[in-house]
Amino acid sequence: MTALAERAGSFGRLATPAFVTLLLVFFSLMPLNLPDSEIIMPPLALMAVFYWSIYRPDLLPAAAAFAAGLLFDLMSGGPLGLLAFVFVVVQAVAATQRRFFLGKVFPIEWLGFCIIALGAFVAMWILGSIYIGAFVKAGPLAIQALLTISLYPMMTWLMIRVRRAVSGI
Amino acid sequence: MLLGRLDNKIVEQTRLAIVDGISPIMEVVSRPAAGFNRIVDGISEQLHLRRELTRLEEENERLRQWQSVARRLEAENAAYRSLLSSKSDVVPSFVAARVIADAGAPFVRTVLLNAGHRDGIRRGQAVMNADGLVGRVSEVGKRSARVLLLSDLNSRVPVLNGTSLQRGVLSGDNSDWPTLVFLPSQAQVSPGDTIVTSGHGGVFPPGLPVGVVGLVRDGNVRVQPYVDWHRLEFVRVVRFDVPKLAPAGEELPVAEFE
Repeated sequence: MTALAERAGSFGRLATPAFVTLLLVFFSLMPLNLPDSEIIMPPLALMAVFYWSIYRPDLLPAAAAFAAGLLFDLMSGGPLGLLAFVFVVVQAVAATQRRFFLGKVFPIEWLGFCIIALGAFVAMWILGSIYIGAFVKAGPLAIQALLTISLYPMMTWLMIRVRRAVSGI
Repeated sequence: MLLGRLDNKIVEQTRLAIVDGISPIMEVVSRPAAGFNRIVDGISEQLHLRRELTRLEEENERLRQWQSVARRLEAENAAYRSLLSSKSDVVPSFVAARVIADAGAPFVRTVLLNAGHRDGIRRGQAVMNADGLVGRVSEVGKRSARVLLLSDLNSRVPVLNGTSLQRGVLSGDNSDWPTLVFLPSQAQVSPGDTIVTSGHGGVFPPGLPVGVVGLVRDGNVRVQPYVDWHRLEFVRVVRFDVPKLAPAGEELPVAEFE
């Protein structure tokens, strides 16, 4: 009995990064009536994908990143596969560059995230424009990018707390 | 992404089934949003009391105008009806629903509702809230439905200029204020003209309030919708049966998700 509970427990621990990413996808879909049309909810899960791809890429493989992005695309009604593609690319870039980030101070990691996030938003802008057949206004996307970048430290803090709470990752 | 572009029935059904199945989760997740929204509203109200007061006064004035228009039309209708001894219009019934997901992405303007086929919602039905027309149901699952907002790039609503009685089409372009197109060439449009649905083509019931003309510039007419896109929470879906002249509404097979 305890062996089963142990196995369930360890599975729960191992699934934490994927679960947290999934949770963030749901939160980013919440109908928050932000007072200005220029302000859009940032893709919270993007930060989680980046973070976990650096620290535990084995627990957040490309398939998980793809699934999270696809889920967001499905629920948001936006271009299908847009965020799925972006998440997979971010996961790949972060996972291959992780040796550079590990052991460095936080500002370096943040800067790395800034660059990757900017790339992600540019890709979203281009791909989104192609999909709808007209140039999407860059303004709201730029603000969204800025919001995403400024929220990253808080997200990292949150992830660290999660890791402390869930031992072993 | 290419898959999404293809009008493949299987892809559509799979997509619908997944969204429909996950909608209960969004229902739960979205509830704190309402509380959060109220807190934010409270704070911003405090900060902008004067502006809020002005806004409310203007809204009151606008509503009073509407009230008098409605009364006049009501009287006219009653007179015509008695003249023609015609049957009264079918009073549409509503399905109440709540917005449970709204990505607000700059690519599309849609929201997800927590009511679906089992609640009587069908594809193509008009969606309104207390202010006016919100949009149109574009997809229906068993327990959720997606609404294409008026502001979306693909939204086209046949409307009537209530002031000049000229028909046109309200066309969204992913901005807050959709444009009015396909007006007759001698059309006279001025800011403040009221816009309602025309019922043309049997798409929507006629007479649903849409908005007012916001600005007219170089032949470009923009309509300010009555609906505040930042205050979408509770909506009503209009159960309007198209008169039997047209085939009974096109319906995609609804995803049966157990």
